[in-house]
Amino acid sequence: MKKSLAFALIAAGVLGAVAQAQAVDTRARFMAANCAYCHGPDGKSRGAIPSLAGLDKGYFVDQMKAFRDGSRPNTVMSKHAQGYTDAEYAALGAWFAAIK
Amino acid sequence: MTFDRREFLKISAGAGAVAVAGLSGCATSVASARPKVVVVGAGFGGSTFARYLKMWEPKAEITLIEPNDKFTSCPFSNTVLAGINQMEDITFGYDHIKKVVDAWVQDTVTAIDTTKRIVTTAGGKTFAYDRLVLAGGIELLFDKVQGYTAEAQKTIKHAWKAGPDQTGVLRKQLEAMPDGGTFVMSVPMAPYRCPPGPYERACMVATYFKKAKPKSKIIVLDGNPDIASKKGLFLAAWKKHYGYGTDNSMIDYRPNNMPRAVDPVKMMVGTEFDDVKGDVINVVPPMQAASICDLAGVRVGLDGKPGPWCAIDYRTFESLTVKNVHILGDSTLTNFPKSGSVANNTGKMCASAIAELLNGREPDAAPVVTNTCYSASSPDTAFHVATVFRYGEGNKMVAQKGGGVSKEESELEFAYMESWAHNVWADTLGLPADYKFTAKG
Ligand SMILES: Cc1cc2nc3c(=O)[nH]c(=O)nc-3n(C[C@H](O)[C@H](O)[C@H](O)COP(=O)(O)OP(=O)(O)OC[C@H]3O[C@@H](n4cnc5c(N)ncnc54)[C@H](O)[C@@H]3O)c2cc1C
Ligand code: HEC
Repeated sequence: MKKSLAFALIAAGVLGAVAQAQAVDTRARFMAANCAYCHGPDGKSRGAIPSLAGLDKGYFVDQMKAFRDGSRPNTVMSKHAQGYTDAEYAALGAWFAAIK
Repeated sequence: MTFDRREFLKISAGAGAVAVAGLSGCATSVASARPKVVVVGAGFGGSTFARYLKMWEPKAEITLIEPNDKFTSCPFSNTVLAGINQMEDITFGYDHIKKVVDAWVQDTVTAIDTTKRIVTTAGGKTFAYDRLVLAGGIELLFDKVQGYTAEAQKTIKHAWKAGPDQTGVLRKQLEAMPDGGTFVMSVPMAPYRCPPGPYERACMVATYFKKAKPKSKIIVLDGNPDIASKKGLFLAAWKKHYGYGTDNSMIDYRPNNMPRAVDPVKMMVGTEFDDVKGDVINVVPPMQAASICDLAGVRVGLDGKPGPWCAIDYRTFESLTVKNVHILGDSTLTNFPKSGSVANNTGKMCASAIAELLNGREPDAAPVVTNTCYSASSPDTAFHVATVFRYGEGNKMVAQKGGGVSKEESELEFAYMESWAHNVWADTLGLPADYKFTAKG
């Protein structure tokens, strides 16, 4: 059993790498990049438009829904939010939440 | 259609490298070697594309060819005419882009052989490609306006490609104009680069006149039957800030007045109806896709016949007629407005698709791209138009419901517009996080 910890770490490392390689959701990656011309590269904004990098996924999805149904006052986001599906909100939320 | 979907799926079931070769006629995929991607033009489309393809597929060997050593932004160039910003504030170095690409070539492309897949420059250099990306913007058709000769162009500026020789000179002409003078400007027939741009220009020149030359007038000669973009918002702003609709209006708007001739000596613009005299004349001639698109034989419409813009497959931005040639930005035939936001956005979409193709995978079957154009209506107010487009069956980009314009101009949107400019410049040119912007919104 002595080897088990080392083995577990190696296995986790290998699986982690594989999982990571598979995890690149290229569709979400491009869709998130769609937002960069306003929210900045990697969702890190310069100036008055808020940053998206590191936002909590739940908060993010709630904001998108609130923009869509108009319950959160906004200038432009309701127009963008109406163009995406709930599944896409979730994928985008996961993408931005993962950015440090 | 550049590729048949069933054909693609059949081939891609085989080995990756072979699949890409079979799909596109490309000899190279990332599985075997470093595919060569040549990009022509480092404007909003080309720079964004190069930066993102390098991030998403580092093995791509990217050559970027551009004659200018500096990037001058058309967005915000109207604020230079207003005196809100200076040329320096909208001019940027290519430092980061130069570091990102494998080869930066300061030169002009003069010939393209799409059979041998070779690009030639004015400097006599040649570059082989697996994928060619044409992001050359627009070609201005001076010969469609009688008298708009090379000599006349020394006096009459279009300022529809921003730069010291255009925007910079036009600003100096406005500064030199006496109070009580007349500024004559034109709006080309749609579709043209930046639909709200001319009406924003009227607002920005009026901003300058209101402050420095209050007795001066602006005559807007519009080739279109009506204001082509954000009509209600522009009319409201013209009324509120510049006396539009009163006897004292600074702006004299004339629809259906296409400039047909210019005379730089008499300082006249001729339309079908009238000869209009100006102290400063700013005529934007008709336009079409950049001439490099013609060199590659891709300035072809949906009917397969030569036309002003380039028909593309919206999933890949590949020409519908010539394989391995992709077109970006203003040169494309689309239902998107010709904007920097779209050129930036579709640059990434094309980078995403090419990264997939180089790996023998299928590009996103239903990509989404968006446009937003902010316009300044006064020195502290702005408004926008925004639309989301989604790929639909039969090679269409379908405008999603919910798009549209601001309810009204606002100071808040002026701040967002400034932030948009900083972010789109940063995203296009890869400006570092601590870059000190000097442009005010
Ligand atoms: C006054 C004005 C205001 C505007 N305001 C806005 C705005 O507020 N928001 C917005 O989104 N858009 C705005 N636009 C529109 C925006 O500028 C264009 O849509 C955008 O520049 C298009 O990008 P592009 O990459 O297609 O072309 P460009 O940015 O023009 O880039 C083309 C590049 O190709 C190079 N090139 C051309 N031919 C060759 C060749 N043979 N060899 C090598 N290189 C070549 C050129 O030098 C140039 O650098 C405005 C435009 C104008 C004129
Ligand atoms: C035209 C510029 C623009 C684009 C494009 C844009 N946004 Fe926004 N975003 C804004 C502005 C401005 C706000 C502030 C609310 C408002 O006035 O609309 C905002 C706010 C937000 C917020 C709320 C942030 C917070 O901290 O509460 C989220 C979430 C968001 N945007 C997500 C997105 C996503 C995801 C995209 C891309 C799919 C996107 N935005 C594209 C301009 C933009």
